[in-house]
Amino acid sequence: MSAEQAYAVELKGVTFKRGARSIFENVDIRIPRGKVTGIMGPSGSGKTTLLRLMGAQLRPSAGEVWVNGQNLPRLSRSDLFDARKHMGVLFQSGALFTDLDVFENVAFPLRVHTDLPEEMIRDIVLMKLQAVGLRGAIELMPDELSGGMKRRVALARAIAMDPQILMYDEPFVGQDPIAMGMLVRLIRLLNDALGITSIVVSHDLAETASIADYLYVVGDGQVLGQGTPAELMASDNPRIRQFMKGQADGPVPFHFSAPALADDFLGKR
Amino acid sequence: MRHRSLLERVRLLGRTAIDVVAGLGRASLFLVHALFSRGGVSGGFSLLVRQLYSVGVLSLAIIVVSGIFIGGVLSLQGFSILAKYGSEQAVGQMIALTLLRELGPVVTALLFAGRAGSALAAEIGNMKATEQLSSLEMIGVDPLKYIIAPRLWAGFISLPVLAAMFSVVGIWGGSWVAVDWLGVYEGSFWANMQNSVSFTEDVLNGVIKSVVFAFVVTWIAVYQGYDCDPTSEGISRATTRTVVYASLAVLGLDFILTALMFGDF
Repeated sequence: MSAEQAYAVELKGVTFKRGARSIFENVDIRIPRGKVTGIMGPSGSGKTTLLRLMGAQLRPSAGEVWVNGQNLPRLSRSDLFDARKHMGVLFQSGALFTDLDVFENVAFPLRVHTDLPEEMIRDIVLMKLQAVGLRGAIELMPDELSGGMKRRVALARAIAMDPQILMYDEPFVGQDPIAMGMLVRLIRLLNDALGITSIVVSHDLAETASIADYLYVVGDGQVLGQGTPAELMASDNPRIRQFMKGQADGPVPFHFSAPALADDFLGKR
Repeated sequence: MRHRSLLERVRLLGRTAIDVVAGLGRASLFLVHALFSRGGVSGGFSLLVRQLYSVGVLSLAIIVVSGIFIGGVLSLQGFSILAKYGSEQAVGQMIALTLLRELGPVVTALLFAGRAGSALAAEIGNMKATEQLSSLEMIGVDPLKYIIAPRLWAGFISLPVLAAMFSVVGIWGGSWVAVDWLGVYEGSFWANMQNSVSFTEDVLNGVIKSVVFAFVVTWIAVYQGYDCDPTSEGISRATTRTVVYASLAVLGLDFILTALMFGDF
């Protein structure tokens, strides 16, 4: 199998800077096709930025972002929008269209990209909403939904067009235990049943490790480690061990970098 | 306040100039992409109709009410001044020329900036803050085509029509005050107006002004919304800037256009 077929997404030597600050420095990530890949790391490590780089919503300062055999930053604006039709993203906030009800939100990609008859759109939307357990909510407006429900509607919308690549940005945040369990199973099920490639960006260790075939741990603008969940659990790297075991003490500081505590209290800054 | 060295001030000035030019460049690219880049969105016409309703039709009430009042006030002021010279019959001509040449386009544009422009900026800014624009991008729909272009066209179309309505309603309000209330002879009110208003000189120049204002006000509003910081403060700044920049641009451009159209050089 060629590299293009084996990997749905490939980041080659990607550097991303905001002003003078470097968020990622020469990062290489390869997302195997048809698998669930987790991208984990502490809060503020740039996981969401990584997802936006993969969707070409951000352009890297250097390096290449290959998705389905296309180098996205090199594409023209209209080709880029065409390429995105094969990708689905579940945003952290859900990002539902607030002027449309639940049904119309899920139907939206079908309406703008296909000429399907209304009955078929209705069937597809109901199927997708049934999959996330919200078929009964079709007439509700987004502001009538809880945060977790919004995210599930957004997931139904993300899978409406049966994308080849599905990216989840912190899917487990704010979900109750029942929805969480359902979501974990659903991510795995969608991946296997539809043969799609799933990329889960999360800091929820147990849930992500339980469904991911492969994991990347990012931090300090680098890939700190990669491997199957079992390999990373057994890693000797102290930074990865600290993250995987959720320890407060270790090389990754809990505190954001700051001057000495005494100096701050004594007003020396 | 910290003292700044001369070099630092020069550097700050340069920085500001670069920022302004970069901002203008971004705003121009934004406009060109939204209006002229290839590939449209399906259902573009119904999107335009929806925006024409929210930008144009919903602004109708404020425009009509303001038009009646301004026409009435013009009539009262014009009558009291013209009566001193015994030429109160010319009040119709004065109202029509003032409205068609100046107040119609200018006041409508200012009201439009406050009513529709601020709403556009806030709506688009809020879509940005809640990741709706990002989510459109990832669904494979260009927000410049789907969100921005219909709003731009709706503004371009609505404002000149609203300005025309403002002038018509203003003239009607003026005639009501002058003829029905102050007792100006109806025949001379309308005849004076008809004789003195030229289609090319007055009506067409007014329409050109309102088209220019429509372009500038709507562009400023949608760009401020699209370019704002995705926070509550960012949206608040964007709406304020929309009204301030659009109002100043309208008044400044009105001076330039008036000088070009009616200036004696």
